[in-house]
Amino acid sequence: MSYRKITVALAGNANVGKSVIFNQLTGLHQHVGNWPGKTVTRAEGTLTYMGHEIDVIDLPGIYSLSAYSIEELVSREYIAFDQPDVLVNVVDATSLERNLAFTFQLMELEPRMVIALNQIDVAESKGIIVYPETLSELIGVPVVPTVAVKGAGLTDLVENVIDLSTRPKNLKPLRYGREIEKSIDTISSQLRMELPYPKRWVGIKLLEGDEKIQEIIFKEEPSLRQVVEAETLRLERIHGHDIKSIIASERYSLASEITQNCMSLVVPETTFGDRLESVTSHPVLGYVFMVATILLVFLTIFAFGDWLASTLDAVFSVLRTLYYDRLGETNLTRFIWNGLAEGIIGGIVIVLPYIAPFYLVLSVLEDSGYLARIAFLMDSAMHAIGLHGKGFIPIMLGFGCNVPAVLGAKIMETERERLICAFVATMVPCAARSVVIMGLVAAYVGFEWAFSLYVIDFILIFILGRIAYKIAPDEPVGLIMEIPGYRLPSLKTTVQRTWFRLKGFIYEAFPIMVAGNLVIQIAAVLGLLTIVGRLMNPVTSGWLGLPQASGVVLIFGVLRKELTLILLASLMGSNDFSSFLTPLQMFVFAFVVMVYVPCLSTIAALVKEFSLREAAIISLSEIAVAVILGGLIFRVLMVLGLP
Amino acid sequence: MSSESLDEYLEAIYGFNEKGKLAKNQDLSEKLKVSPPSVTQMVKRLADEGLVEYKPYKGAVLTGKGMALAQKVVRKHRLLERFLHDTLGISSEKIHSEACKMEHGMSDETTAALCAVLENPATCPDNDPIPPCNLNVESCDQCSEARANIEHAPLTTQLSSLKPGEKARVAFIRGGRNMTQRIIDMGLTPGTVIKMLHAAPFRGPVEVEVRSTSLALGRRLAGQVFVYVEDEGRPWVRAHPHGPHHEIVRQE
Repeated sequence: MSYRKITVALAGNANVGKSVIFNQLTGLHQHVGNWPGKTVTRAEGTLTYMGHEIDVIDLPGIYSLSAYSIEELVSREYIAFDQPDVLVNVVDATSLERNLAFTFQLMELEPRMVIALNQIDVAESKGIIVYPETLSELIGVPVVPTVAVKGAGLTDLVENVIDLSTRPKNLKPLRYGREIEKSIDTISSQLRMELPYPKRWVGIKLLEGDEKIQEIIFKEEPSLRQVVEAETLRLERIHGHDIKSIIASERYSLASEITQNCMSLVVPETTFGDRLESVTSHPVLGYVFMVATILLVFLTIFAFGDWLASTLDAVFSVLRTLYYDRLGETNLTRFIWNGLAEGIIGGIVIVLPYIAPFYLVLSVLEDSGYLARIAFLMDSAMHAIGLHGKGFIPIMLGFGCNVPAVLGAKIMETERERLICAFVATMVPCAARSVVIMGLVAAYVGFEWAFSLYVIDFILIFILGRIAYKIAPDEPVGLIMEIPGYRLPSLKTTVQRTWFRLKGFIYEAFPIMVAGNLVIQIAAVLGLLTIVGRLMNPVTSGWLGLPQASGVVLIFGVLRKELTLILLASLMGSNDFSSFLTPLQMFVFAFVVMVYVPCLSTIAALVKEFSLREAAIISLSEIAVAVILGGLIFRVLMVLGLP
Repeated sequence: MSSESLDEYLEAIYGFNEKGKLAKNQDLSEKLKVSPPSVTQMVKRLADEGLVEYKPYKGAVLTGKGMALAQKVVRKHRLLERFLHDTLGISSEKIHSEACKMEHGMSDETTAALCAVLENPATCPDNDPIPPCNLNVESCDQCSEARANIEHAPLTTQLSSLKPGEKARVAFIRGGRNMTQRIIDMGLTPGTVIKMLHAAPFRGPVEVEVRSTSLALGRRLAGQVFVYVEDEGRPWVRAHPHGPHHEIVRQE
């Protein structure tokens, strides 16, 4: 047998266990990154089986191949342009009908395809029995039953893939209603342009009014526009609905018929999941349960994070002492430590205690199905800041650390919502900011003043969120998502996913953090910082009323906001802040630190997820808000008589 | 009960529900100038017919079916107010009682025509929103064609009006291209039978069962999905295949 390299793409709806199959197949041999230029995760891995090297791509979970979301575009372009050898369509046996409608869309692209009929065990417990052979006969695609969490059926699946990869393409897409096929035929027979997509598919997309495809085709063949318009009108007259509904209805009614012909229903028992469902979706108990869950998660992560962060800090300070003991404290050694080691340490102290546990918890919430319920419960509240329910998750993460919050903005559907969500997330008071607020304002001015800072921050989030909602381009989208049934997350998948997300973050963000740290240290050594600090003086002292040293402190604060306190103390030569700051100055200082700019790690995350431009716009606008409002607060409070 | 008094009750309950309140018997009695015992009796009858859900001591809320009927009459009332006020120049104090009398005799077709002439106004002169047009049209240009058959149309309302447990059939989707596509992609195609699972009474997202999956929709999106609520006493069956079809033969 010849040794060949086979490329396989996994496609399917969200929540069907696609990622579980991916993780089971590829184990630790995977790489998680983004699709070039897109905020869409691209997971790729390899598997060796019987001498075959199989490259597996996990396409995003989607419901259609329209141009609604970036995920859908990425998927269809990948299938058509990169032409994987075999497409594995993961289908959830518990919701066969909805899944099949997507299967038919994949079949329209005429790839070599095999269906993994997943979660047959869950389906059976719900009283749904699907007959894979019948399904396969009805649609003409091989079907392999699987239980991915247990690894069942996966060997069979891989063997099917290998077998299929050697065969010529011969998939016959299902035929829709006669009058629709006629229209598709009329359009595609007049199509001259050569595209990597099958002609029938292009015909369907032109008919459906797919903007991307229409743009490409009509530019080259303007005469087709009339044909498409005439056929659209003809079908709309026959059916009395708009064309999008007609074609979707065709797929769905076909799916409905096939589903009824290949499964039987028995009366299921009430499961634990059902009971959990009734509690968590209850109009009152649901919120109680949610608040309790979130609080528990937060307290655990904060407690753990605080403990680990301070332990790590202690370890690194021992290392530092050792380092200076061995090499002596000279300008060079100091520069090497501050410029190189501190950047890495800063990253580690953020990543291990806060980001890793957040990723872990996020993955568990995601896989158990509870995340969708939280999004549902929070939808109304999130509308106040211009987002819908799903936006609550990144915002919630933001209280721990803004970095996973920005990365978590991916769960929103469109580029627009992602950007608004990430922007709002950078305003959320993270643990580091809380350290400054608590350590300075609560400790020296009073708890009610610290509390008022949080209130100001929430008002700012509300206002800036509304502004972002207004000025961000494109149509706002509302909440629309599947609420999956509850299930037990698999430990293996959870650990793997957490690890790969962390790895992705470390690769992308660490270089920026280290480089940023280095630049600031070099500037410090060259004495540039003092100059910049002096240049900033009119703003820091004149407008904000802060001591001279605060300019430099604020620059360093970009690295890690919690360090501003330590730095300020060391620059002023005293640990008693009341000896050199008035309560008014403390309040203004904490406010500025809270708002003025996302920290370097967050900026790195913004660059990774969006681009330098978006990161710059967000940072600059927050600096502007911090400076302008900081000065106003200073004056207002002075008038009100805060010393 | 006379259809006129039915309409008046539905209209009154709609008025409270619209402001996010349940309609209490006492409030209804004051608003409709009817004795409390007859309100109690009437609300009970409405509940028996599946037009309202009544929670003892709290009040009544319209079901999807009740909402479909109420929207019809409120729409007539408010369009008439607009017409009387804007076109005929009748004074603001008089338009309400005048519209009350006229609304019961006006056909649905005439209502649609009136709406088109007034250029689909959003609110009545008191700034209360006029319930949306429930014809399957993209713009008012298609109104005259669509409204010719309106008298035979099944009772229609929005998905967002359904109460937990209620079933309905998707009629059509109105709104931006992108969102329409997305809603249809998730399985809410015309003809699909859906069941409301969870919904707060007046605001917040809704959760519906569609094609044996559970789907969450924001309130605004749910308001873009129009559904038929009339079942003519028959049980809801699965969606009828849409349009002519090739046959799928089950192989034994």
